[in-house]
Amino acid sequence: MYKIGIIGKRDAVLGFMALGFSVHEAATVEEAAKELHMMARSQEYGVIFLTEDYAVQLENETARYRDLPLPAIVSIPGQEGSTGYGMSNLRRAVERAVGADILFKNNEPAQTEKEERNKP
Amino acid sequence: MAEIRVNPTRMEMKRYQTRYQTARRGHKLLKDKRDELMRLFLDVVREDKALRERVEAALKEVYGGFTVASAVSSPKMLQEALICPKKEGALEVDHKNLMSVNVPVFRLQVQAAGNTDRYNYGMAFTSGELDSALRALADVMEDLMRMAELEKTAQLLAEEIERTRRRVNALEYILMPQYLEIIRTIRMRLEENDRGNTTRLMKVKDMMVQAQMEQNAQADEDEESETSAS
Repeated sequence: MYKIGIIGKRDAVLGFMALGFSVHEAATVEEAAKELHMMARSQEYGVIFLTEDYAVQLENETARYRDLPLPAIVSIPGQEGSTGYGMSNLRRAVERAVGADILFKNNEPAQTEKEERNKP
Repeated sequence: MAEIRVNPTRMEMKRYQTRYQTARRGHKLLKDKRDELMRLFLDVVREDKALRERVEAALKEVYGGFTVASAVSSPKMLQEALICPKKEGALEVDHKNLMSVNVPVFRLQVQAAGNTDRYNYGMAFTSGELDSALRALADVMEDLMRMAELEKTAQLLAEEIERTRRRVNALEYILMPQYLEIIRTIRMRLEENDRGNTTRLMKVKDMMVQAQMEQNAQADEDEESETSAS
């Protein structure tokens, strides 16, 4: 059994407490980084949610765990709403795999299908 | 390309031909693997994208609800209401094998202590806004877990695809041409040796014929002089 963790500013993560998440408040980026490493190293967490405001700044820290099967570090929008960081993460994965951004360039699915066929 | 020194022998050529065949088979297999990985990956990413859009919209609502809830009640009371959860969220993690990439599968297990209603506070001191915000958050949980799973899968697949692509390219553009070049070189050398041999044989034969002719001529001359002498 793994725990579900969440790191973020107090206001953003308080609600998750009621759902039984293991909530780690972090007022600053440094605190968030410390919590993140502690949680990732403990091997007790299956998923660690990280609010986008911190995720943007902890890019290098999360990259370290990217290719490990666990934990999954997933960014979710914070109180300020979505900044599009989560999507850009996904886009980067696509770029890494395909070599070009074929899904997000435009939102028309028909175009996407065509692009896909054209790929080498 | 740097020239590789090999013995220009038939055996060596045979060996490189076998290696070339193996490389070609591996190349074909890896290419198929890459294509299949790519198909899986794109499916995952498409689903993840849709899911993320939905989750982000839902979370926005939830945060709005909490903001309202914290506006109508004191922060202290809000924290009191939420701080001791009745439920414990745990995650069962399975592993799935996608084209020999191990990806996690998350299953949410909510263990509730005591009665199983969703609120872990009394109704007396909290506002209805908090209730609805919490309900919305509970509803988005499943999607959140699925999203985490998909995102991790996408990352792991992306890594595997990158690695496979490198291998395919290394075989296609470096190893296989190199083997072909070596085989060609050896074949050329062998043919050249062959031609050298043939010309040498022809030369030797010529010399032998010449010698024979001279001998014959000598013999004829001797015979002639013998008959004239007698």
